[in-house]
Amino acid sequence: MSAASYTRYELLRTLRNRRFFILSLGFPLVLYFLIAGSQRNVHNLGGTGISAPLYFMVGLLAFGTMSSMLSCGARIAAERAVGWNRQLRISPLPTRTYFRAKVQTAYLMALLSIIVLYAAGISLGVSMSVSDWLRMTLLILVCLIPFAALGIVIGHMLTPDSIGPAMGGSVALFAFLGGTWFPITHGFLYDFGQLLPSYWLVQASHIPLGGHPMSTKGWIVIVAWTVVATIVARRAYRRDTGRV
Amino acid sequence: MLAIEAQNLRKSYGSIEAVRGIDISIDAGETVALLGPNGAGKSTTIDMILGLAEPDSGTVSVLGGSPSAAIDSGWIGAMLQTGALIRDLSVRELIAMVASLYPESLDVGETLELTGLSEIAGQRTQKLSGGQTQRVRFAVALVSNPKLLVLDEPTVAMDVEGRRSFWTTMRSEAARGRTILFATHYLEEADAYADRAVLMAHGQVVADGPPTEIKAMVGLRTIRATLPGVDLDALGRLPGVSAAERRGEAIVLACADSDAAIRALLAAYPDARDIEIAAAGLEEAFLQLTGDDAGAQLEEAVS
Repeated sequence: MSAASYTRYELLRTLRNRRFFILSLGFPLVLYFLIAGSQRNVHNLGGTGISAPLYFMVGLLAFGTMSSMLSCGARIAAERAVGWNRQLRISPLPTRTYFRAKVQTAYLMALLSIIVLYAAGISLGVSMSVSDWLRMTLLILVCLIPFAALGIVIGHMLTPDSIGPAMGGSVALFAFLGGTWFPITHGFLYDFGQLLPSYWLVQASHIPLGGHPMSTKGWIVIVAWTVVATIVARRAYRRDTGRV
Repeated sequence: MLAIEAQNLRKSYGSIEAVRGIDISIDAGETVALLGPNGAGKSTTIDMILGLAEPDSGTVSVLGGSPSAAIDSGWIGAMLQTGALIRDLSVRELIAMVASLYPESLDVGETLELTGLSEIAGQRTQKLSGGQTQRVRFAVALVSNPKLLVLDEPTVAMDVEGRRSFWTTMRSEAARGRTILFATHYLEEADAYADRAVLMAHGQVVADGPPTEIKAMVGLRTIRATLPGVDLDALGRLPGVSAAERRGEAIVLACADSDAAIRALLAAYPDARDIEIAAAGLEEAFLQLTGDDAGAQLEEAVS
């Protein structure tokens, strides 16, 4: 009996789903070239001091990785729809192992998305030191934690019919308010955006400027979202034993 | 030791009382059929035995402990009623994945052999026929090497050949000492493969005993004849008739003893024509036997 073995099959299943794979990696990439390609010589986007290729690399990467994390929910909903969730409930699979496998799979997809966008960014002239690349990656991975829990929440609360629009809509909102499409630098949307984990995800693009992109407020937002989403995810999972 | 002991189990969903106070006890090693028409409460009962539904009241213990303790020990293998398979794995990979979750699972190759899946072991799960899917689901239940095997309408979607080989496997699994509980609405399956049948209707256990007894009880025949303008109450009082019903110009009699009933019918109503006598299905037997106030009348009919 091994948790590793269950996780391995989960990963295998995800990688075999070609259509999902290509769309979730390809979509942010195409958007990136459309948006940043035409602005590749903008070096100070909207007064942020960040070049457009770098800003949008991180922005689209935030968009892509949020989708990757939430698409974990789509896979859960599909499993529930065929009754597999109930089949797992009558096995000794521990809840923790189940969650871990789902989160690891989501992170794998996110990581692939990051690599693809980095390559695209470099092709449009993004450059920074190796340590900045690493710090940026680490920060992005940390800021994605709440989205891992949110993926599990929607997976166990929504049906496959409703999960498409729910995912699309929430990713679009998170992305817009987080500043994925253009920097939001003042006003109500700026204040509100800072309460979302996506804002801090996009802030990772500040790393090459040498500052500290994560304020105390940022950490509080990430931790708060993680804690709340995890509690809701546990509850949603526990309640979800009925026939769908 | 008792494999399953349920006492006074009740479960409602909204205003629908799915299970209305049932007691079931099953010894280790028994093969028991949970028999009843659709909507009798079989699946809800199974959900409570498996810990997938929390009873509103009453208790259930499985292999000496709570359902969840039995599940955590890997002692239960189950094939639930609704269910397809997750996609993007081969049959062998899926069975291996499930096997990896259990402490004392069977060998994957052996399980595939037993369930007749060796030939399609390399196929992706989303490419299987309905009957093949059912066999894979059976393999999922079996590979856990369970002490208690619970199967909710296992032969639905199987063809004749599939059913035959399924039950052959089940017989040998029962012979190995596994306790088996299966739900079905086929009287013949209960009769042929169970040591005991528990008959459920409208959320209650209405009979519990050897399948032959149950069979006699619900193995009704119906007599159908064209006989306009006749008094239904009088028909209902004929010997051997348990219920009478009108369908247009025809009448339908549910009979506990169709031989006595047909003689009496023809003696009293010689102008009856287009006569058909047929074995009633379980569902028809229930409907005709029970009318609206199901449980009570059936119990009356039984006692």
